[in-house]
Amino acid sequence: MDKRKTEEYFFKALMLFSTLTVLGSLISILLTIIVKGFPALSWSMLVQTPKGGYYMGKEGGILNAILGSLVLSLGATFIALLISLPLTLYLNIYLKRNSRFAFWVRFVLDVLWGIPSIVYGAFGFTLMIFFGWRASLLAGMVATTLLVLPIMCRSIDEVLKMIPHELQEASLSLGATRLETACKVIFKQALPGVLTAILLALGRGMGDAAAVLFTAGFTDSLPYSLTGPVATLPLAIFYQLGTPFPEVQERGYASALVLTAIVLIISIIARMLSRRFTGDLGD
Amino acid sequence: MNTRQIKDTIAHKSMFLICLLVLNLALLIAWGLYRRAQPILATKSLGELLLNSTWHPGSGQFGLDGFILGTIWVTGIAIVIAVPLSILTAVYLAEYAPRKLSHLIKPVIDLLAGISPVIHGVWGVITIVPLVRDYMMPFFTEKLPFLPFSSDNYTGFCALTGGIVLAVMIFPIIISVVCEVLHTVPAEIREASLSLGATKWQTTKLAVLRKVYPGLVAAVILGLSRALGETIAVLMVAGCSLFALPKSFFDPAYPLPALIANTYGEMMSIPLYDSAVLLAAFILLLLTTLFNVAGWGILLRLERSRC
Repeated sequence: MDKRKTEEYFFKALMLFSTLTVLGSLISILLTIIVKGFPALSWSMLVQTPKGGYYMGKEGGILNAILGSLVLSLGATFIALLISLPLTLYLNIYLKRNSRFAFWVRFVLDVLWGIPSIVYGAFGFTLMIFFGWRASLLAGMVATTLLVLPIMCRSIDEVLKMIPHELQEASLSLGATRLETACKVIFKQALPGVLTAILLALGRGMGDAAAVLFTAGFTDSLPYSLTGPVATLPLAIFYQLGTPFPEVQERGYASALVLTAIVLIISIIARMLSRRFTGDLGD
Repeated sequence: MNTRQIKDTIAHKSMFLICLLVLNLALLIAWGLYRRAQPILATKSLGELLLNSTWHPGSGQFGLDGFILGTIWVTGIAIVIAVPLSILTAVYLAEYAPRKLSHLIKPVIDLLAGISPVIHGVWGVITIVPLVRDYMMPFFTEKLPFLPFSSDNYTGFCALTGGIVLAVMIFPIIISVVCEVLHTVPAEIREASLSLGATKWQTTKLAVLRKVYPGLVAAVILGLSRALGETIAVLMVAGCSLFALPKSFFDPAYPLPALIANTYGEMMSIPLYDSAVLLAAFILLLLTTLFNVAGWGILLRLERSRC
């Protein structure tokens, strides 16, 4: 066998090994969470709030954290949507294709995407000091909004870019203003894509711990007001794992399973939606 | 002007304002953090803060050296593990694997990229910590004594564990950027190389990878930037105690993001403490922004040179 063939086989084996390692580590995460979490999961855990001494192994559940995470990330996603929709429609309908301004906005969004969530959390904390807020649902929502904003903008932007330009031209030539074109024609076309973006942002917002660590606080009660603290699922997992009691740690594994399930379901729906959307365009 | 046009104009102006706001968001964040970090910068020089290794907020000592070293250890290990594995995987998926297979694998990788960092932390605690403690540490300390493997931290919560968990977390981003970059190479280049008698790997190595070399660098930079900022998973597995500077793979490491996360709660009670912590956040913001601008800049130039 000549040297080139040997090299070929060697690198092919190396690639297969890498791919299997990557996939294996990812599957290992899922398996670990399921195997460790499932036995500890119980119905009462899902429908109760922590009773006194929950973190020392007494009764209760994580309903406060599940609901808290849902409320917080839904709120953050909604605010982010209010900013991203006008922004992306502006980039794609009001500006020319090769606009300098649009180029820089997109570039800044890419850079914002890479800012770590702990920095958003710290910035949220400076905002809290500035406005005199306590650690609260509101502060957590603001930090999470900043975190999911770039994700949402970039994914809606990608969807809008795929809509045929002729559609917009046709609408404008019929006498519609750009605003009417944006709201009535383009938005309708982009709707499934926008839903995907919403779900992506929701998944990211639910899963992040570092941004809410400073800002949302933690509480054993259900989320009750914008200015009160709120419990979040990632932090509940973090705290439960941090206790020295094995039975509480096991509940932490169960909570991890709950979070993984929620996030995976959200992103699978998002992916199915986006596949349908791109499929429609291909027809 | 009729009402429809007025509405359009108002919408135009307000949308433009939103864009301006987002355009300046990064600056706003930087300014906000810097303003909070100023009190400590006013009392101590930056060099003193970065190079001093004594962290003792109670007595006014805010040396960040240990945390910077911790960051370098953990991200360094993560990059060394993740880069070859992810690039080879991406090359396999983009160049070698049957289309159907890579269409099956890629969504799985993407899906798992969405898993919460705290889940990676849980996984690290359950799986990687015992692996490092019971198998890797005895093995490496015995077999490779000339490398910095010796440590008196036998818990398994150490720099290496943090690095391994981080590596798994940055697989998806490096793989997706490299895949994307490889898809931009026109098929003709591969065909030309193959028709000259080159093997598949020679084609990949000499024609394809060489052409997108800057893209590979960009992927590594973006992965590095992601690793720099990861907080909660590292906090859970890297040990995060600061008795001494980390000198070995098995010493506990205490990276900057973990410091920021861990001091919440106590930092308002000691003067200058919050300022020092927000300075750490500011440094983190500068570093990650720098890497992101570099990474995306390279990718944009690559894209432009194609057009």
